[in-house]
Amino acid sequence: MTSKMIMRGMIGFYILLFFGYLFGPLAVMGITAFNTPNYPQAYPFEAFTLDWFVKLWNHRSMMDGLKNSIIIGIGVVAISVPVGLAASIIMSQIYHRARGLYYLVTISPLLTPGVIIGISTVIFWKDVMSVTDLTKGLFYKGIILTILGQASFVSAYCLLIFMARLTRFDRAQEEAALDLGASYPQVFWHILLPYLKPAVVSAVVIGFLSSFENYNTTTFAILADKTLVTVLAGEVRQGTTPALSALAVIIIGISLLGAIGYEIAKRREQTRADRAYRQAQIAERDEVEAIA
Amino acid sequence: MSAGVELDRVTVRFGEFTAVDNATLDIKGGEFFSFLGPSGCGKTTILRTVSGFLEPTHGHVRIGGQDMSGIGPNKRPTALIFQNLALFPLMSVAENITYGLRVRGVDKASRRKKADELLDLIALPGQGDKLVSELSGGQKQRVAIARALAVQPKVLLLDEPLSALDLKLRQHMRSELRSIQQKVGITFIYITHDQGEALTMSDRIAVMSDGVIQQIGDGKAVYDAPTTAFVASFVGENNPFPGIVAQADDNYATVDTAFGRLRGRNPRGAKAGDKAILFVRPESARLGQGETDTTFASTVKNVAFEGNMTHVYLEGIGKKDVTVSVGRRSSMTIPAPHEATPICYDAELGIVLPEGMLARE
Amino acid sequence: MSSRAFVFIIPVIVIAIFWVMAVREAKRRPDPTRKGFFERNGVVLGSVFIALVAFWTLFLVALPYLYMVVESFHPALPPMKRGGPDDVVTIAQYSSFVVNPTIGAVNWLHMSALLFSIIASIAVTALNFAICYPLAYYMAQAGTPQKIRLLMLGLIVPYWVNEILRAFSLRLLLASRGLINQALMGLDITDAPIDFLGNNTGLYVGLSYAYLLVMMFPLYNAIESLDKNQIEAARDLGAPWWRIHRDVVIPYAKPGIASGCTMVFMLSVGSLAAPQFLGGPRTLWFTAVIYDFFFQSFNWPRGAAYAFIMLIVCIALVMAMLRLFKVSLGEAIK
Ligand SMILES: Nc1ncnc2c1ncn2[C@@H]1O[C@H](COP(=O)(O)OP(=O)(O)O)[C@@H](O)[C@H]1O
Ligand SMILES: [Mg+2]
Repeated sequence: MTSKMIMRGMIGFYILLFFGYLFGPLAVMGITAFNTPNYPQAYPFEAFTLDWFVKLWNHRSMMDGLKNSIIIGIGVVAISVPVGLAASIIMSQIYHRARGLYYLVTISPLLTPGVIIGISTVIFWKDVMSVTDLTKGLFYKGIILTILGQASFVSAYCLLIFMARLTRFDRAQEEAALDLGASYPQVFWHILLPYLKPAVVSAVVIGFLSSFENYNTTTFAILADKTLVTVLAGEVRQGTTPALSALAVIIIGISLLGAIGYEIAKRREQTRADRAYRQAQIAERDEVEAIA
Repeated sequence: MSAGVELDRVTVRFGEFTAVDNATLDIKGGEFFSFLGPSGCGKTTILRTVSGFLEPTHGHVRIGGQDMSGIGPNKRPTALIFQNLALFPLMSVAENITYGLRVRGVDKASRRKKADELLDLIALPGQGDKLVSELSGGQKQRVAIARALAVQPKVLLLDEPLSALDLKLRQHMRSELRSIQQKVGITFIYITHDQGEALTMSDRIAVMSDGVIQQIGDGKAVYDAPTTAFVASFVGENNPFPGIVAQADDNYATVDTAFGRLRGRNPRGAKAGDKAILFVRPESARLGQGETDTTFASTVKNVAFEGNMTHVYLEGIGKKDVTVSVGRRSSMTIPAPHEATPICYDAELGIVLPEGMLARE
Repeated sequence: MSSRAFVFIIPVIVIAIFWVMAVREAKRRPDPTRKGFFERNGVVLGSVFIALVAFWTLFLVALPYLYMVVESFHPALPPMKRGGPDDVVTIAQYSSFVVNPTIGAVNWLHMSALLFSIIASIAVTALNFAICYPLAYYMAQAGTPQKIRLLMLGLIVPYWVNEILRAFSLRLLLASRGLINQALMGLDITDAPIDFLGNNTGLYVGLSYAYLLVMMFPLYNAIESLDKNQIEAARDLGAPWWRIHRDVVIPYAKPGIASGCTMVFMLSVGSLAAPQFLGGPRTLWFTAVIYDFFFQSFNWPRGAAYAFIMLIVCIALVMAMLRLFKVSLGEAIK
């Protein structure tokens, strides 16, 4: 009895430590965002201020970087989600002897250090785009290279997300639709895509976030342009300012809102499913009674 | 409108494995036709070949006299009820039912009308807006049938559609299916491993084993006049007595079995010296003395009373088991366990068939 | 340009080989369930799928990698001279990793940078495994569904803050004016601030912190599918807790452990932010060397060569480890 309680206490303490490690630094940083000193300082807390948020808002290059990050994020999602979807479908249909190589190629961007993805993207596309001066002028830009570089590994994330959901797909539904006269493209639009919709949502969210916060690939591919993260890196390299803490507070705030929204959506879905289940139970009972 | 289905020497191979071997049969338009056989014998494979998901390795499928080679499942006048129903979980009941019309470009209003019509047919009026997950097992079953009927197929294919339901409901759905079939008048091809289902519903039955069609006939023929050892042992209960044919003529044959020399009908024309099996159904046998070539000795092992019937389990010579079923009306007195008793039967109720594989219990 | 053009031919050859094999096999052994790709997806949709995947696997993955490798076998030249007579195939970039070409001596600086990156990454991997295993085990075996959802959320939310800001937050804690030094001095444990960043504590903590989640999820997924009864059975047989882990849980979760360790290791060696912002001034991480070739000396081929060396060494190490622990690569990267 007591040994069990000690055990439980220890587990509790461990979880506390773990999440302390996870959240502690962020919490300290959060406090510094509201403290007046120029050096980000959590203790002593001198006076409450929101100045750092104003400074952040007025930080030109950070706002430019933010704009680029959003453009890049959208571009990456626009490429990677369809690519990941197509890749997952081909994965299930590809010639079986080629599947191993195909899997290796599609998954390799996840195992390749981001630095290498960035370098290879720049080296390759610089030469490809330099074929004519026109294409070089049009396309050899940091934003475009970054989209291409990031899309290479974000597509792999998307592929995994779609594959995970596809493995639970009941192939009989596809056949049922065919049997009722649907063409193969109709099966895709009416049956498969609606089934994959939750995975599409996940892929969009995860794809955008991993693009948004990517540093390793971006820092090479971005050339003379900048994203929020590369600007941040420059700032951190130069020194420290509580404006960075303010940015972190905003990001954490948005994340928490997102998490809460997700939780609410999940609960709602659960209640709906529970209600359907109860109705089915009632129908089942009525049916048995009707026969008896 | 209905159409007949013809299988012309159809063979389906998966790599080296032959799932359906040289199947030839002719299903008439409007018929309720069943394939009966143990699981893994190739029933689903036949159905999927008819519906177009599989191309036969050899042979042809013809529907309404038209060769179906190269015609995809979405172009055939068949509709399939899947073993797991395969309803679309993200669509409402009405959307499910009218999906086949939607892909044919039928407008929304007509679809709605058709859905209401079919919901009436399957006794689910006004439930079109429900989700599939809100339905009971039997209701889902009926929605699947309505969905298939909505496209006005000439042939409806059903792959063990009742296997997921509980016993009571299954028996109820049998009569419902049969009445739907009579109402719509199209050809039903029904697959099952449950002989009760096949016997009660079908006009004709094909009994299958290991990819081979063993016998085709109506329920009575399959039960009373099996043509192979497999059919005799698979359809209904049967006592097999393997042995060598001692003498034979066109009507009767006697077989030297472990129980002695026994006589039965000889429909397959067995000749003296052939290996054969004599089958006697439990309800055809009686406890008591008869003629010498239809009587043998045994000892009672135990007795099971089952309401309308009493099953007597006996042990013959060489510890071979024999079952005799005694009807309620019978005046036979049932001996106690360990008592010895002779067993006899009428020679025309015994049947001598060439030796072959028996159904696994 | 010919050696570079060669890169474009490789994928064509590979695809052609598989194509021929597939066609021959389809002829020899027809499969009744098999439908052609365009038959199954429609011509339009099928073409779109193939185009998308071809663009990705060829132009975003295979060709850039191959091209980088080819580039690393060329000298660094100004744009004008590329493709000219000086643009020969050479292994100079690779030999420069061993012998420094400017001073002609053994290139200890870069070799030890690689060695240090690898050893530190192994240490970080081990550290993260030790930190994550107990919680993963607890979540997978003892947690109620609600508790697990909450814990998961708690794990994921901090990772929506990007790497740079997380490094920054650690710096606020570990700097000489940081909270930890304030606390230590306030409690009179030390009188002078400890240089956590200079002595690389910051680097290790930063790397571990950055990839905690990457270790957590594979571990959790692997342990989660272990049947609870197996552990109960072992416990009933009187096995002490450490033996249960050694003999039951860890062997079962081996693929997940391998996968978590592989990913943490690869990410850690390849990381750029933590060494940049948390490493000591005398610490040279190998990615920083590569970074400098690109942004200071503009020697792309040498940067590419170093990147390739890093990749090969890491992969070789991972494969060796997997073989040592008898896990197949397929299991580890699932
Ligand atoms: N796609 C397939 N590939 C290989 N073998 C198959 C395939 N489909 C079915 N089979 C085999 O064919 C045999 C018959 O299967 P099936 O027609 O599903 O049997 P039933 O419906 O009578 O239970 C089984 O032994 C099964 O393993
Ligand atoms: Mg079947």
